[in-house]
Amino acid sequence: MSIALEHINYVYSPGTAYEKQALKDVCLEIPQGQFVGIIGHTGSGKSTLIQHLNGLTRATSGRILYEGKDIYEEGFDMRWLRSQVGLVFQYPEHQLFEVDVLSDVCFGPKNQGLSQEECEERAKEALELGGFPEKYYRQSPFELSGGQKRRVAIAGVLAMRPKVLVLDEPTAGLDPKGRDEILDQVERLHKETGMTVILVSHSMEDVARYVERIIVMNRGEKMLDGTPREVFRHYKELEKVGLAAPQVTYVMHDLKERGFDLSPDATTIEEAADEIMRSLS
Amino acid sequence: MIRDITIGQYYPAESRIHRLDPRVKIVCTLLFLVSLFVQSSLLGYVIATVFLGGVIKLSKVPLKYIVKGLKPIVILLLFTVVMNLFLTQGGEKLVHFWIFTITENGLRTSVFMAVRLMYLVAGSSIMTFTTSPNGLTDGMEKLLHPLNKVNVPVHEVAMMMSIALRFIPILLEETDKIMKAQMARGADFESGNIIQRAKAMIPILVPLFVSAFRRANDLAMAMEARCYHGGEGRTKMKPLKYKTRDRMAYIITVVYVAAVFAAGRFVDFKLWIF
Repeated sequence: MSIALEHINYVYSPGTAYEKQALKDVCLEIPQGQFVGIIGHTGSGKSTLIQHLNGLTRATSGRILYEGKDIYEEGFDMRWLRSQVGLVFQYPEHQLFEVDVLSDVCFGPKNQGLSQEECEERAKEALELGGFPEKYYRQSPFELSGGQKRRVAIAGVLAMRPKVLVLDEPTAGLDPKGRDEILDQVERLHKETGMTVILVSHSMEDVARYVERIIVMNRGEKMLDGTPREVFRHYKELEKVGLAAPQVTYVMHDLKERGFDLSPDATTIEEAADEIMRSLS
Repeated sequence: MIRDITIGQYYPAESRIHRLDPRVKIVCTLLFLVSLFVQSSLLGYVIATVFLGGVIKLSKVPLKYIVKGLKPIVILLLFTVVMNLFLTQGGEKLVHFWIFTITENGLRTSVFMAVRLMYLVAGSSIMTFTTSPNGLTDGMEKLLHPLNKVNVPVHEVAMMMSIALRFIPILLEETDKIMKAQMARGADFESGNIIQRAKAMIPILVPLFVSAFRRANDLAMAMEARCYHGGEGRTKMKPLKYKTRDRMAYIITVVYVAAVFAAGRFVDFKLWIF
């Protein structure tokens, strides 16, 4: 039960003046149930990478195995894969089109060939999981606020009951409150359903709080891969490629340099506070 | 798919043709097109071929691209050739079977027509390949400027054109994104009969329209916030100015046109029936 990428290369518009290698020899394995963060600068290939996971973009070379099966093999059911690996695009609210919220969320399950009742049941379940208030079910999705629209769009993917949920910058353009709400919801989902969650972001702070593993992309290559602690130890290298470790990492390293006896590996404010208290007592 | 259409596309490169003033390219392209249609001598076409070949070579646009641009007109081309071949009468009869007759004139006209059409498309695509859309509208605006006197809103039309052109890649990208997002939700655009396929387009078209209106609104706001009020008194950051190479290009083109005319009129050069 995992996704494995083997030596994935992807070239945009090969043979034209716009040719560009977006992914270079990426190898990756994501076991079922992991909460993974993919971080990278704009243009580092992170969005391209995740579009490979459900077969929307076909690698120029390399293999992708989902649960041990090669997805590029003749006769592989791509639509099945897409219902297993739910991909929420950046600004997913831009894909809404139906007359009301419920029918929009039903679009995914309907494409899976389920009956009307079953679709609605799943849609309601997904909306509930996403913390969407029931009184708006019959409203036009275009009349909702930005944050609510995004919940509807995410529910639209959840309604297919995917085993893997991939979110591309789910907090882009939201205010701090909306951001925390969405991320908390995703974390709850991960805990309650045990699904694999892959969170793409350029904000280290966002990701560090939630994920168990961070993959850092740079210029189409996998640069670092490990737990947040391991990755943030390389904060100097991260800076060189235009990324930054969470602010607490800097505070902790500064404190250590100035003679405090503590481990600078804390990744969240809570951890850092505990560590400072420990070293003081 | 949509990206395969090369006619009207810009091919970024560093070449002498790319650096020319867009006005030069527009005027010279027009002159070239006129030169194709007002004459019909073999030598004239030889000169046109040399001229076109030289320009393609100088522009550094791969020949493959220009040939690809000819693809959309293949049917039109075949139609024209066949029509001219059988319907143009006059001169010696070359082939005759059943109700079809191919005459000397018919063969000549159809071959020349094919060459004209191909050069027409190749010539104008060289212009669009080597001029950015903004350059083209800039050049157009400047060329049509005199029409302002007769109350044609030249600047406004040019602005609308450049906005429309600017939005083509944006909307293409948007379509691609929405298509992918709906495919991620299991949408299927490839199977089914024509009605099912048309229905499958709704999840793409609705978000696309919504986003087009949103973008138009944002753009209008942004323009007004920067006090845009139309053409009057507006200056350019990079005003178009003729340089030596532009004058040279005009001279070369005029010499070419003169040569084509002279070849048709004063030189008696014939191969078989052409």
